[in-house]
Amino acid sequence: MSDRLLIEAAGLAVGYGGDPAVAEISFGLAAGERLALLGPNGGGKTTLLRAILGELSPQTGSLRVDASCGSVPQTERSRLDYPVSALDVATMGSLSGLPWWRRPGRREREAARTALARVGLESLAGETFGELSGGQRQRVLIARALVQDARVLLMDEPFTGLDRAAAERLEALIAALAGEGHGIVIATHDLEQARRWDSVLCLNRRQIAAGAPDKVLDRAVLEATYGGAIVEIPGGGRAILPPHHHHH
Amino acid sequence: MFEPLQDEFMRRALLEAALLGLAGGALGCWVVLYELSYAAESLAHSVFPGLVLAAIAGLPLLLGAAPAIALAALAIALLTRLPGVSRDVGVAVVVTTMFGLGVLLALSPDSPPGVESLLFGDILGPSDSDLVAAAALVAVLAAALPLLHGRLLAAGFDRGSAPALGLSPLRIDAALLVLLAAAIVVAVQGFGNLLVVAIFVGPAATARNLSDRIGPTIALAAVTGVLAGVAGLYLSYYAGTAGGASVALAILALYLLSLPLGRLRSARPRRRPLAEATIV
Repeated sequence: MSDRLLIEAAGLAVGYGGDPAVAEISFGLAAGERLALLGPNGGGKTTLLRAILGELSPQTGSLRVDASCGSVPQTERSRLDYPVSALDVATMGSLSGLPWWRRPGRREREAARTALARVGLESLAGETFGELSGGQRQRVLIARALVQDARVLLMDEPFTGLDRAAAERLEALIAALAGEGHGIVIATHDLEQARRWDSVLCLNRRQIAAGAPDKVLDRAVLEATYGGAIVEIPGGGRAILPPHHHHH
Repeated sequence: MFEPLQDEFMRRALLEAALLGLAGGALGCWVVLYELSYAAESLAHSVFPGLVLAAIAGLPLLLGAAPAIALAALAIALLTRLPGVSRDVGVAVVVTTMFGLGVLLALSPDSPPGVESLLFGDILGPSDSDLVAAAALVAVLAAALPLLHGRLLAAGFDRGSAPALGLSPLRIDAALLVLLAAAIVVAVQGFGNLLVVAIFVGPAATARNLSDRIGPTIALAAVTGVLAGVAGLYLSYYAGTAGGASVALAILALYLLSLPLGRLRSARPRRRPLAEATIV
């Protein structure tokens, strides 16, 4: 494992033509690091993930991505009526390594089985993807990224809609994968969770702050990030109420 | 049962219907999964002026249909680039224009009698070249669909993540549309402008009710397509009904039959492992 950063951004601005959707981004992601992307809806989290995936080019600044990146999108956006099993979905990760005239074969399915075992879903490999629970679907998509041999996992609000047990399971998996040297970027709304990770990046159309959670996450930063929609909870905790937030 | 098979004309018709049913069923699965039913319907209608021109010039219908579908696709692509023109509006404008042009040509004094067969097809009287074209279509699809299978499946499942998997959704869409256009151009001879879409949507929709895995769905759709083609021609033979319309009715009948069967399947209790492996 080298000390070289997997991802490094300096003064980055990205958008969809016109004004940048998010700007002034400077951060690095090391191997084994869990980075939380915090910010309101529309704050630029998904835009930044798309830039890292290479779908959007920097408008200004620089973005260096030195690792293969796997996308773990929200599963509500994938098609639940699609006629595929968990194993079929995990196998899709092998396409990036195959020439266009080759279709996934026995070896690729074996790799997919191994990845499903890694995320604890070996016994559900034959189930229809759309019939799995939200947490299980999320883990199938992680398995797909592992089959892809992705060094960096980009997760877009993976905890949305999960119950407590499923969320804990997923968090344990993320910790284990980080322990194996994966860099993991997680867009999230859960502040308490973000505090347990290695670093945070607060976005609200521009970078508000970046660094270790205990240094960065103070009241001023949170207010600037969420525009004041912060609720004090008796006992010292804080909760954030972004619009359309479905965390349970 | 075997009486229609004694007849040379019926044997040819059955062969044409079976080939088109096979092709339409298999390709149709991707048409349905990619939600391209409306595009298929539109492409089919937009070949009409090409068909009429070919009929007037006494050329094989294929030679009229191919440029017409290419023109329509190009026009749709250009029109939807204009600001304020959404995709479905662009498609609707192009298709009605093309179809209207076809009707104008069909009603002109130069047009030969029997132009209505272009609308409803002539599944009962395929020429040698029609049969060759249908067989060639089956061969092309048998080569192309397995080749594209993994990529079609992945891009259709999760378009947003396709680029991360090294796939180009645009190129995959384009490949599917080219195959669809080629299939329509071939199948329009048998089922006509108005009915051809049935063979691309009906058997696939039927198969979707019966399976939740892609492989069996494609196999079932191909079988359903062949079955509907043959059943429709038998109906036409014994009841004296129009060939293409009888096949369309058979497709509908099989679809209706699949609805309760699909319910039954999804109501079946599932065996589910209670515990999952622990993550370490």
